[in-house]
Amino acid sequence: MPQQQRTYEVMYIVRPDLAEEETERVISTVESGATAAGVAVKNAERMGKRRLAYKVRKFQDGVYVLLTVEGPGSAVAELERRLRVTEPVIKYITVRVDEEQKRLAKIKKIRDSKVRQRPQTTEAAAGSGPTPATA
Amino acid sequence: MADEEKKEVTTSSEATATPAATETPAAPVPRFGRPGGPGRRPGPGGRPAGRGEGGPRKFFRRKKVCKFCVEKIDSINYKDVRLLQQFVAERGKIVPRRLTGVCTPHQRRLTAAIKQARNIALLPFAARY
Repeated sequence: MPQQQRTYEVMYIVRPDLAEEETERVISTVESGATAAGVAVKNAERMGKRRLAYKVRKFQDGVYVLLTVEGPGSAVAELERRLRVTEPVIKYITVRVDEEQKRLAKIKKIRDSKVRQRPQTTEAAAGSGPTPATA
Repeated sequence: MADEEKKEVTTSSEATATPAATETPAAPVPRFGRPGGPGRRPGPGGRPAGRGEGGPRKFFRRKKVCKFCVEKIDSINYKDVRLLQQFVAERGKIVPRRLTGVCTPHQRRLTAAIKQARNIALLPFAARY
């Protein structure tokens, strides 16, 4: 495998004035476009209509969709190109998440090991405490 | 020659330190308001003693702590608007560390997350008027 498989989150906003089934169609075309671009869609979550913090293409709100994909960077670039071309998608952002997940797993591991160690260390401290006092 | 000079310096510093030490027992006085009198010099011995008491500062300032360290929030994600909003001023600016007390590594992640959130219109770049 010449290119690394990485995990990305692609969040995009669909314009709000579409009908329900049309929005669904846009979402499904983006997903099929993602697989065509060469990334594996892990999860697709519709976050619903939300008010935008600022106007985007004269829209005050939009339908947020979160896509978790896995694939090489070049394929994600292709997916971004497709999003740009897709007219109802008014904004998108791609965030690489695998490094962050790795970091979080590491922190969790350290924390878990500390929780497990803590009762032992307090016992050890209690055990070692009286000995210098008596000696 | 040089040694003699050094000795002189040390003796003189001791001499200045001793009056300062005698002054410190009467330190409770500055709590009510520091008399900026001409007699009081910032002597070298006076400082550590003052710091030990918490200084002659009138207002007791609570020590700020990093929210993320205390509550053990590991991930600062751009999707968590509620969390990020606490660190954004009304105009949409990122609140500096010296005001929020967030530690450097967390502020770095926080800044990155806020900027990502701005990019996808979850947070404003600037409040509209």
